[in-house]
Amino acid sequence: VLNRPISRRAVLQLVAVAVATVPVIVEAIPAGAADGNVDRITMEAWGDTIVPGEKRTAADRAIAGACAGPGAVQAGVWELMNDPDVGLAPVLPGLVVLLNTAAAEYALRHHVRLDPTLPPFVALPFPHRTAVALELLNPRRADQLLWYALAAMGMLAFHTAAQLDTAPAVRAGHPGLAWIGFPMPDADGLWRFPDFSYRLPLADLHPATTPTGNPP
Amino acid sequence: VSATETTDVLVVGSGFGGAIPAYNLAAAGAKVVVLERGPELSTEEFEHSLRIGSYTRIVDLITGQGIQVVAGNCVGGSSVVYFAASLRAPSYVFERRGSTGRRLWPSTITRSVLDPWYDRVEETLPVAQQGWDDVPYPGGLFAAACRNAGHTCNPVPVAVDLSSCTNCNWMLSGCRFGAKRSMLLNYLPAARAHGADVRPLHEVQLISKAVTPGYRYQVAYTTVDPHDYRVPTGGGVIEAKILVLAAGTMSTPVILRRSAATLSKVPHAVGKFFSPNGDRVSMALMNEPAIASVLGLHRTASDPYRALPIGKPIGSMSYDYLDAARPEFERFGLQQIYFPPITNILPEDGTPAQPQWFGVDKKLMSARWTSWLTLLAMTEDDNEGVFGIPPPTGNFVRAASSASLSSLRFKPTANTLRGWAASDAALAQIVEKDGLGTHLAWVGGEPTLSAHPLSSCRMGDDPALSALDARHELRGSPCLFVTDGSCVPTSLTVNPSLTIAALAERASAGILQRARDMGLDVLTSVPPPGG
Repeated sequence: VLNRPISRRAVLQLVAVAVATVPVIVEAIPAGAADGNVDRITMEAWGDTIVPGEKRTAADRAIAGACAGPGAVQAGVWELMNDPDVGLAPVLPGLVVLLNTAAAEYALRHHVRLDPTLPPFVALPFPHRTAVALELLNPRRADQLLWYALAAMGMLAFHTAAQLDTAPAVRAGHPGLAWIGFPMPDADGLWRFPDFSYRLPLADLHPATTPTGNPP
Repeated sequence: VSATETTDVLVVGSGFGGAIPAYNLAAAGAKVVVLERGPELSTEEFEHSLRIGSYTRIVDLITGQGIQVVAGNCVGGSSVVYFAASLRAPSYVFERRGSTGRRLWPSTITRSVLDPWYDRVEETLPVAQQGWDDVPYPGGLFAAACRNAGHTCNPVPVAVDLSSCTNCNWMLSGCRFGAKRSMLLNYLPAARAHGADVRPLHEVQLISKAVTPGYRYQVAYTTVDPHDYRVPTGGGVIEAKILVLAAGTMSTPVILRRSAATLSKVPHAVGKFFSPNGDRVSMALMNEPAIASVLGLHRTASDPYRALPIGKPIGSMSYDYLDAARPEFERFGLQQIYFPPITNILPEDGTPAQPQWFGVDKKLMSARWTSWLTLLAMTEDDNEGVFGIPPPTGNFVRAASSASLSSLRFKPTANTLRGWAASDAALAQIVEKDGLGTHLAWVGGEPTLSAHPLSSCRMGDDPALSALDARHELRGSPCLFVTDGSCVPTSLTVNPSLTIAALAERASAGILQRARDMGLDVLTSVPPPGG
C-alpha cells in the first residue's frame, strides 16, 4: 500500500512498463476467447471486484464467483462504462492498460503465478484482485480519483441501474435493484406511497420548540 | 456599432439567493434580468429515474480535495433539488465565534432580527408543519429510537404541500407532483409576472466595470449547450446599475476571483472560510426484530420497518443538542434523511476487515438496504474550506455529465473533528441502544460530503474575516451584492435553505433602499409574492 503520493518518476515507470507489456498481453489472448476483448473482460473483472457475483457460466473468467447472487457484471457495468452520458469510454482502454499493469506488477511482487492467456487482472484470484483494487483506491495516490470513478461504475450499475431508466429496469427485474429491494413503481412509471407513516406520536417534542416548530 | 445591453438590476443565479431579490426588485419596479447557468425544466420534465443523464441534468456532484458537494444546476437552483427541510437557525448560531475569538455574524443580525424575514419566507413558500401522521416511516423510526434513548425528537417543518405530496422520495430529481415549494412555484413566477427576464443556460464568466455612463458593472456570459454544458454556443455582455451575485456557494467566489483584475481587487475573504455546514452523514443498519420487540413498531404484519425508500426524505430531527449551554463545536442537529442509492458507494460494510466499502460484505449488507436508516448530523465546523485558483471558464471543471472537479480544499480542524466525534457518539447512543441497530460510517468517498455548502463569500463586521458588509455589499465594490449561501457566515446546525432565503429577503430591502439612493424609481417596500 502506498503511503505517500505517487511520484512523477513512478508514474513514468508505470507507463513505460505498461507500454512494454501490453502488446505481449494482447497477443497472448486467443481471439474470441474469454468473453470477447481484453477491455471488456478486464473491466468486468474490475466491476466484479467492487460488487462480486456468481459466474454466468462455468467458463466465466471475468467473474471470480466470490459471492452467490448477481454482481456488477450482471447489473450491466460494461454497458454503463460505455454509456455516452457517463463520458468514461474514451479513457477505458488506457485504464485497462494501467489496471493490467498494476495487476502484473502486483503478481510479481507477491509471487502469484498468472495464466498467460488472460489479462493479468483477470488472471488474479479474487482476494488478489481485491488487494490490487485497494492499492489503486488508496486516497494518497495521485490518480485515485480515476479509480474511484471506475469503482463508482460498479456501484452505480448495481445499486441504481444507472444506464437504464429506473421504472422499466426495476419492472424487468434488474438484478441489482432487485437485490437491494428497490420498490416497484405505479403503472405510469412514477412512485407513490399512500401508506407511508406509522401515524403515531413516537417521541416527545423538545420543550423549547417554538410555535412554528423550530428550535429556539 | 451595437449598443451594449443594459438593465437596472442583473441577478446571477436563480436559486433562493437569486429568485428572492429578483422578485423584490422587479415588483418594486426595477428592470431585472436573471442569468442562470442551468436549464429550465417544467414539472412534467422531472423524471423518476436514476439513469445517468436524467437527474444529472439538474444536480451537480462537485469533487474537491477532501470534500464532495451536491448542488443544483437549473432554473430555481438548489431549491429544485433540495429536501425542503425549512428550519430557523438556533439563536446561539448568530453569536458564534468559531476559533477566531470574535463574533462571526454582523452584530446587526440576530435570530430575533431575522425572525420577521423567516416569517415572510415561511408564508410565501409556504412551509408546512408536519404532524406525526405526516412523518414517513424512517422519520418515525428515528423518533422512536430517540425516545427509547431518552431524547426528544420533532417532526421537521417542510416546504411541501402535504396534501399533494405522494411521499415518492424523488426530491433530488425535482418534484414531479408540484408539491415541493421550490422557487419555480412562488418567487420566480412572481418575478416574471413583474417583468423579470430569466435566461437559462447562461453561464457567467467575468465581472468588469461598465463602460456605459450610469452603469456600474459589465457581466460577460457564455451560453451553453443544453445537452453538454461543457460546450459553449455563444456569449455576450450585459451592463447593470446593481449586480446581485447569487450563483451559489460553489460558484460565486469563483466568478469573483476570476474577476479580481477586472474589478481592481476583491476582498481577501472571497473563496475562503467555506463551511460544509458541518455535515456528517452516517447510517444505522437496523435490526428488524428489535424494532418490533423494543419499539413496538409494525409497518406491516411481517415487516416492522423495511421502509428506507418510502416517504419525504427528511422526517424527524432531535433538537436536544441544539443547546446554547453546550460548548461551541459540540452543538449539532441530528436528523433522519434519505438518499437515493446513488450514494450507496459511501457506507462502510459493517465488518472490521478490508475492504471497507466494496466487495462481498458490502453486497451482503446491501441486501438489507430497506432496513438502512440514513442519518445526518449538522455540526459547528471551523470554516476551514479554501478555494484554489479558478478554472479558465465556468465554476469548476466539468469532467462529465454531472461529475465536476473543484479547487476547493477542506481539511477538518481539531474543532470540527471534535464536533463530528460528539455527533457520532450521540447517534450511536440512539440507534444502538437495546440492539436496535448498528451505527456505520460513510467512508467510501471523500472524507466530507455536503449538501449544504456555505460561507465562501461571507458577511461580517471584520474585513479580515468577511468579504461582505452587513448589507451583503462586497467590500470595495459598491452596488455589488451577494445573497446566496456563500454569504452565510457560519454553519447553522440545521438545514440552511430557510436562513439563506430569510437573509435574501432582508438583503432585498437594503438593495431597494440602495436603488432609491442611486435615483432608481422603485418602491421602498413590496408585499410578499401573492400577498
